[in-house]
Amino acid sequence: MITRDIPLDSMQATGALGQRLSEALQVGDALLLSGDLGAGKTELARAVIRARAGQPIDVPSPTFNLVIPYEFRDLLITHFDLYRLEGADDVMELGFLDALDDGSVIVEWPDRLGDLTPSEALRIELTAVSDRRQARVSGPAAIVERFLGA
Amino acid sequence: MSIVLGIETSCDETAAAVVTSDKRILANIVHSQVEAHRPFAGVVPEIAARAHVEKLDGIVARCLDESGIRLGDVDAIAATAGPGLIGGVIVGLTTAKALALATGKPLIAVNHLEAHALTVRMTSDIAFPYLLLLVSGGHCQILLVRGVGDYRRLGSTIDDAVGEAFDKTAKLLDLGFPGGPAVEKMAQGGDPARFALPRPMRGRDHMDFSFSGLKTAVRKAASELEQPPTRHDLADLCAGFQAAVADVLEDRIGRAIDHCRASGTAPTGLVIAGGVAANRMLRARLTETAADRDLPMIAPPIALCTDNGAMVAWAGVERLLAGSTDSLDVGARARWPLDADADPLPFAGVKA
Repeated sequence: MITRDIPLDSMQATGALGQRLSEALQVGDALLLSGDLGAGKTELARAVIRARAGQPIDVPSPTFNLVIPYEFRDLLITHFDLYRLEGADDVMELGFLDALDDGSVIVEWPDRLGDLTPSEALRIELTAVSDRRQARVSGPAAIVERFLGA
Repeated sequence: MSIVLGIETSCDETAAAVVTSDKRILANIVHSQVEAHRPFAGVVPEIAARAHVEKLDGIVARCLDESGIRLGDVDAIAATAGPGLIGGVIVGLTTAKALALATGKPLIAVNHLEAHALTVRMTSDIAFPYLLLLVSGGHCQILLVRGVGDYRRLGSTIDDAVGEAFDKTAKLLDLGFPGGPAVEKMAQGGDPARFALPRPMRGRDHMDFSFSGLKTAVRKAASELEQPPTRHDLADLCAGFQAAVADVLEDRIGRAIDHCRASGTAPTGLVIAGGVAANRMLRARLTETAADRDLPMIAPPIALCTDNGAMVAWAGVERLLAGSTDSLDVGARARWPLDADADPLPFAGVKA
């Protein structure tokens, strides 16, 4: 496991991180976004999805709908928000494992994944202390380096 | 007179209703888990398609029983076919297909947003075109409803829905669930001017919304309060939040009315729907906004503003009368914008 801290001082910085993550994203990848309410999880997910789309498509918060699929020509990205769920059984019902088999997943509130948490996931913990936002990216070295460079 | 059975399973509720073309609701049953307050701030959703399966048959049977109508006497079976949580949508749509096949009645695959858009025509006499502000936990859109099957999305949230902003504000301030009523109650007597909260999108030259930044501003303001915050602090912050939401809705709706008039399609009224339509302060502000522009503000009863089967059955009535039914191979859709032009997508569609 290695960890990198990335400051997110602006929307541009979030967009740039989204772009980098999007470029490396492939089938089987899981981006696990954690952080308090308002820390910027959906904002980062939106940046990744829009970067992949190549245009500012609608990326609504999935809090209510729980899961929203985005099928691009070369990759299916499934955006989960597990905020309203209670545990791994519910996550199974949402088709989480299928989504991971068929494409890549972006997961907000990944603590609800429990035993379903993929071991090869890229974890991104977003923190916001007053105006200063930061992304703490961690995971197996090979994964972190594939996304963020060596 | 036509009679339509409607089924709604696109998110948290399992619901069915029987509605007639002369605007009578013969039965309307909604099974919701809103009563179950859980630790996480939100309705624990009916995630399991299985849970919809278990309940839906019984709800349809009870619904027919209450309505006094036999299944063979309905003229069509309508069900929500999207947008929504795909597992639930498939359950409702498949059930409707089975009923349609067994009875030989036409199937009508209803867009959930279309059902919200048309409900007001069952409860009021309003002519096309009208403006619809749909504000709920999952949606925040302004639609110009020009006719059955003819909708134009003028604006939409680019991030959080309004209802979600209320729920998350309530969660941040530890006010309990459901967040809308909790924030509204706490806001009473609060000073809306004490906290300088942003009015995202206000004054912008389009009709879209954004509430994510407002949520973040509430979080920041809450974190700077002395802990634990006093009731007074919470009242001021809730009042400030609600005032910001009202200012944004007023600005966006005012712009939409002006936009429609300028482009030659003067709306006959402003209709609001969705759970957020229950907020008295927002209703009052939107009534004023419409009145300032000589428009009536109309909202269906709250029970028909939130997700229900009657709205789907009514949309079915409208579609049936327009001669627009669906074949049994119609698919469920997780994403289904009402107005395809409003959402240019670079991909082919969604597996469903």
